[in-house]
Amino acid sequence: MFRYLGKRILFMAISLFLIVTSTFFLMHAIPGGPFTSEKKVPEEIKKALEAKYGLDKPLFEQYTDYLVDVIQWDLGPSFTEKSSTVNDMINRGFPVSAHLGLQAIAIAVFGGITLGVIAALKHNKWQDYTGMIIAVLGLSVPSFILATFYQYVFSIELGWFPIAKWESFEYTVLPSLALAASPLAFIARLTRSNMIEVLGQDYIKTAKSKGLSSFVITVKHAIRNALLPVITYLGPLIANVLTGSFVIERIFGIPGLGREFVLSISNRDYTVIMGTTVFYSILLVVLVLLVDLAYTFVDPRIKLAGGGKE
Amino acid sequence: MERILEVKDLHVSFHTYAGEVQAVRGVNFHVNKGEAVAIVGESGCGKSVTSQTIMKLIPMPPGEIKKGQILFQGDDLVKKSNKEMESIRGKDIGMIFQDPMTSLNPTMTIGNQIMEGLIKHQNMSKAAAKTRAVELLEIVGIPQPDRRVNQYPHEFSGGMRQRAMIAISLACSPKLLIADEPTTALDVTIQAQILDLMKDLQKKMGTSIILITHDLGVVAEMCDRVVVMYAGKVIEEGTVDEIFYNPQHPYTKGLLRSVPRLDLDRDEPLTPIFGTPPDLLRPPVGCGFTARCENAMRVCQEIDPELNDVNGPSHRAACWLQHPLAQGRS
Repeated sequence: MFRYLGKRILFMAISLFLIVTSTFFLMHAIPGGPFTSEKKVPEEIKKALEAKYGLDKPLFEQYTDYLVDVIQWDLGPSFTEKSSTVNDMINRGFPVSAHLGLQAIAIAVFGGITLGVIAALKHNKWQDYTGMIIAVLGLSVPSFILATFYQYVFSIELGWFPIAKWESFEYTVLPSLALAASPLAFIARLTRSNMIEVLGQDYIKTAKSKGLSSFVITVKHAIRNALLPVITYLGPLIANVLTGSFVIERIFGIPGLGREFVLSISNRDYTVIMGTTVFYSILLVVLVLLVDLAYTFVDPRIKLAGGGKE
Repeated sequence: MERILEVKDLHVSFHTYAGEVQAVRGVNFHVNKGEAVAIVGESGCGKSVTSQTIMKLIPMPPGEIKKGQILFQGDDLVKKSNKEMESIRGKDIGMIFQDPMTSLNPTMTIGNQIMEGLIKHQNMSKAAAKTRAVELLEIVGIPQPDRRVNQYPHEFSGGMRQRAMIAISLACSPKLLIADEPTTALDVTIQAQILDLMKDLQKKMGTSIILITHDLGVVAEMCDRVVVMYAGKVIEEGTVDEIFYNPQHPYTKGLLRSVPRLDLDRDEPLTPIFGTPPDLLRPPVGCGFTARCENAMRVCQEIDPELNDVNGPSHRAACWLQHPLAQGRS
């Protein structure tokens, strides 16, 4: 177990190093720089700015400098938001995005699994068709349309929830629902198809031949076996949702992290591009590891450390 | 002798896109108390459907019991609701399936899978059920049962899994055990062990057994009586001796000719039954075996023969050759 973890952490470090390296050089390969968009900067001032941020050094030196900083978790100053460092931006935006994301994931996981299980149990009946229509809508309607639709119906027409901003719990409901729609739909479809497959397995017939009720068979025998693929999907999903959604955060005026990802690229804000990428990658590799650990709890056939035979 | 199970004129159909498949078309047989009855026949003859219908395990829809009665200790199971069936399955009737590799839940320990039925039907506490599960594993011949009880199916070999499956099916000491090809997926040495185990347990517990198989060797070893099925019908039934030494139906004779025997000349080739069974989407009007039968007559195509007694009440066959007018032809 510890050997396995050590090995995994080593591999995580290697993948992070590769991500940092390739992002760094790709970013610098894009034409333009952080100060291109500022109007008429005299040549001397531009020189001075570049010297201040170390952009006048050879690229490779910039790269090694950045690596040294990143290892100490110093992500550098932002080029466009002069008053704050990238660490500040992440510390400020991530809690908000993570709060929104966790709520959305909770809705998506519980809603999706419930919908999928019901659809599978009522296979080819109206409940199945209704559930799958909801799922197809959730997958195909873009989130910005869904978000504005929610704002129109629940804020303007019904007045149940505030339309935007991020202050108390009521403010979190609509954006969470909007953000949950597409993963919920995906989980529902995944759960349904796996449940249908599992319900056709011989061991379900064995369970029936023991005289167990269909409720017990579903809960104890079917769902656990149907959830493995859903867990696989959860790792990347959580990393994705926790780091914020540009569209949803824009529409609901939420001060999250999603905004920084997109804006930093168009601004050529080198340190923010790197910082958000590094942060996202760390989150992703950690969650993938957690998913792999979670498998062992759900499926006894999977063993860590290469000790398992199957 | 007391009859524990009596199947009367059972018809089971499956509704498919191609039409109605009449998988079972009027099956009659019975099982006496403490007896082992074999149902034999080739693939698709309706033997598994018959056995799963007794437990009401066929999916409905698409399956449908069109007609008939299944009398278990005098009660008609056809009329029972699903809830009522739940209290019969596992408790009064146990079942063993063909493939032990897939019929155990991979994410649950063997012990828990045995305990489930005990907790449900015998109101046992968890601890008592676990003690009983260890005993059951011991009974079915699994070494170190107190360690094995906490293991998962993938830690068991195929033969071990089938033993565990037998422990599950016998957990509540059912009065009837249905074994649907219990040895087909196992290799020959393990087959013999499993059969010995079943025979042994039958003697000890007095359980009646329905053994579904297409292996006539297994039948001879295990069973008291044989029911031969063909194209969804029973075409011959009798004691093991009657069927093996004095088969009456041409299909039964054909089956026996296609099995290698130690007492026959080794140079003589085995004779297969040529052709294929009829399509049960459009079952034939007359006898289902007509197209493959060497002795077919015109009447065979037009009128389906009924089961009639052959030398005594225990041996019955459904063939026009048994008719007085046909005597001397075969």
